[in-house]
Amino acid sequence: MSVGLRAEGLEFHYPGGPPVLTGLDLEVAAGERVAVLGPNGSGKTTFALHLNGLLELQGGRLHVGATDVHRDLDRAALVELRRRVGMVFQDADDQLFMQTVADDVAFGPANLGLTGDARTARVERALGAVHAGHLAMRTPHHLSGGEQRRVALATVLAMEPDVLVLDEPTANLDPFGRRQLAELLTGLTPTQLVVTHDLPFALATCPRSVIVADGRVVADAATIDLLADTALLGRYRLELPYGMRLV
Amino acid sequence: MHAPDGFLEPWVAVATGIIAAIVLAFALRASERELGDRQVPLAGLAAAFIFAAQMFNFPVAAGTTGHLLGGCLAAILLGPWMGMLVVTVVVAVQALIFADGGLTALGYNVLNMAVVTAFGGWALFHLLRRVLPRNATGVIAASALAGALTVPISAVAFSIEWLFGATTNVSFADVFAAMVSVHMLIGIGEGLITGLAVSAVLASRPDLVTGARDLTPAELGERSPVGAKPFSIGALAAVVFVAGIVSQFAFDHPDGLEKVADDKGFGEVAKNHSFANSIFADYATQGIANERVSLAVAGVSGAAITLVVGYGIAIAGRRARPAAHV
Amino acid sequence: MGGRHARNASRDRATNRATSLHAHLHLPGHTVVHRLGAAPKIVGVVAFAIAVAVTPQRAWLVFGAEAAIAAGTVALARLPLRTALVRLAPVVPFLIVAALMPVVGRGARVDVDVGLFTLRLSREGLWAGGAVAAKTVLGATASVVLASTTPVPDIIGGLGRLRVPAALIAIVAFMLRYVDLLADQLRRMRTAMVARCHDPRWLWQARPIATSLGTLFVRTYERGERVHQAMLARGFTGTLPDGGRPLHQPPAREQVAPAALAGVPGLLAAAALVAWWLT
Repeated sequence: MSVGLRAEGLEFHYPGGPPVLTGLDLEVAAGERVAVLGPNGSGKTTFALHLNGLLELQGGRLHVGATDVHRDLDRAALVELRRRVGMVFQDADDQLFMQTVADDVAFGPANLGLTGDARTARVERALGAVHAGHLAMRTPHHLSGGEQRRVALATVLAMEPDVLVLDEPTANLDPFGRRQLAELLTGLTPTQLVVTHDLPFALATCPRSVIVADGRVVADAATIDLLADTALLGRYRLELPYGMRLV
Repeated sequence: MHAPDGFLEPWVAVATGIIAAIVLAFALRASERELGDRQVPLAGLAAAFIFAAQMFNFPVAAGTTGHLLGGCLAAILLGPWMGMLVVTVVVAVQALIFADGGLTALGYNVLNMAVVTAFGGWALFHLLRRVLPRNATGVIAASALAGALTVPISAVAFSIEWLFGATTNVSFADVFAAMVSVHMLIGIGEGLITGLAVSAVLASRPDLVTGARDLTPAELGERSPVGAKPFSIGALAAVVFVAGIVSQFAFDHPDGLEKVADDKGFGEVAKNHSFANSIFADYATQGIANERVSLAVAGVSGAAITLVVGYGIAIAGRRARPAAHV
Repeated sequence: MGGRHARNASRDRATNRATSLHAHLHLPGHTVVHRLGAAPKIVGVVAFAIAVAVTPQRAWLVFGAEAAIAAGTVALARLPLRTALVRLAPVVPFLIVAALMPVVGRGARVDVDVGLFTLRLSREGLWAGGAVAAKTVLGATASVVLASTTPVPDIIGGLGRLRVPAALIAIVAFMLRYVDLLADQLRRMRTAMVARCHDPRWLWQARPIATSLGTLFVRTYERGERVHQAMLARGFTGTLPDGGRPLHQPPAREQVAPAALAGVPGLLAAAALVAWWLT
């Protein structure tokens, strides 16, 4: 299942700090995969944290599917939003906090009220989707970077989200791990937002990209076209890896 | 410091266990009230930090190394309830899984290493801050001194538990003198590391130092360099001096303190209490005089610790208010 | 012991498995001690420790029985003796203290011939020192047996089944989960210092190390906040699912040993209590 999302004029600043989002507009259709590019400090992660209600809306409007994500969502609505918008964080160690991989994957479904066989089935399905079934009884802190990343993805997939948000998913991955992850993501149905610096990865997984700078969307086009515009990239401290050329 | 099974009588284990459990229950409630759904991840990570900090060794002299207790540091950074909770978890897991400290000794181990250090440390820190400058330097100095003092205080607590429930006939006097002297030395290291660690946290995330929440940004900026060498050497000198006095209390040299006791009339007071005939009947002493001095010291130090820890508990919930500016 | 861990070593993110805390813990096996359920095992271990602690000083028969049970359990669990002894290391300083008790203790002296000379030792102190040494070692052995035969997640599950408050066991679980990571970070900070020729030998040179401790605290606290966010993102509302116990049971559990086995230390505790009451 997948739903679209629509952000209109999002504004945000951290307590006592300067504005981080200054009127961000973005519309993503159901099932689309969009890469969110941009220099450090541009507000990409801050925007992402709005999508599952971890940051409260300060200005503007946000819709995830038919749900209006406004301030003061009640607890039930927040849990439902977090089921629908699954977030994979930058540091896998931050989200693999249980004793075993299976427990981590079961955490989400358990919070959703699933028990017994239903819960076990979800866990097995999610681990299967990322080809990590054999890691079920392993301890998270003894996994390799790539394994951790896949398991982190599984912990989120177990909640059967409609939207998947990934924050720097290729950080600390070796080339094989990156390719594995790209293949995984392109095979999943939820709408995807991939916040990344990894331009080749964006090209491999997302047909469309946006550039976020100074808290707003400043470019929105097909990934291949964006990456071909070196001048545009350069303006926002983005560039293709050394020696890479688009064909 | 992680006493194993069997050093103290079972009833001491039970009594201290009950006290520790009650304080733990309050600590769980207090931290839940303060942190809400952040309690588990923050306390868990903080406990991991204290565990790692206790494993971490720092140089003491000529290549020998020492280890941190961490209760005072935990209290200053996290507040006394959280500090006590977190150290308790560390001590309990060390006993259950790492054979470091006896399972039946958990009562007094938690009392000495978590309750006394966290609340006693917090109380001392608070009192020291009253007399030290109201800025970052003051906080750092108070942390260092409080950290240094909690270690011998912890040793005193153990000695008093020994007085009540030793399973062997080594006298309170000997245990007190030996443990307190040694732990005063150990305290120097704990104090220095505590002060410097608090200094580092103050420099990057002052909001994470619960003991400094009342400082304004301007006050936080006032810091003069803390001299590690002068602190170490000065503290060492102070410890040697005090240890010299305390060691006079040991069995072989009762005269100095006994004279003081007789002069001040403690001797008479102790004789009027029938303690000598009841709880301490089994513990052999050499002469009535020494026993009186022992009781006096035990009484005074016991009362002092109780007052300090009690004060720490009493002010634990107080929200410090920034000083009024004219 | 090395062989069992080599399998995991190549996939390990921890820089040095040998120093990882979890290397000091569970040694996989299929003995009856391993197969005993965690909750009864914990009860057994605690009962044994209590039995040992209340054993009267001079009840050397009871001590003998306890030692036999301890040794027997270690053997039954196929724990290599060397491993068991290494894990008992924390008790050594206290054994030294116990050895000093006959020397500094009061009371009637007894002459003990040691090689070329005779020591005048306190008779009380000899009994007391011996008892304390026995209790120290036996109590610690209980914990070694538990940790060596029970994986940490099972211990946490066992504590949960024993009605330890959910928040408490969750805090324990998170602590054990992250302690390796933090110890690693600290070690790496140290390595970076050594690479810049910092080799402190004296206390006042400890400033960089203490500063790194402070830095670690900040990083740890911030990680705690991020973990909290990750928990929220997966639907956490403040109450831990399943009371903080493990959420996923492995499908086919191998035959569990009868829990009644753990009752043996319980009987022992009873015997010791009786002995204590009689003296």
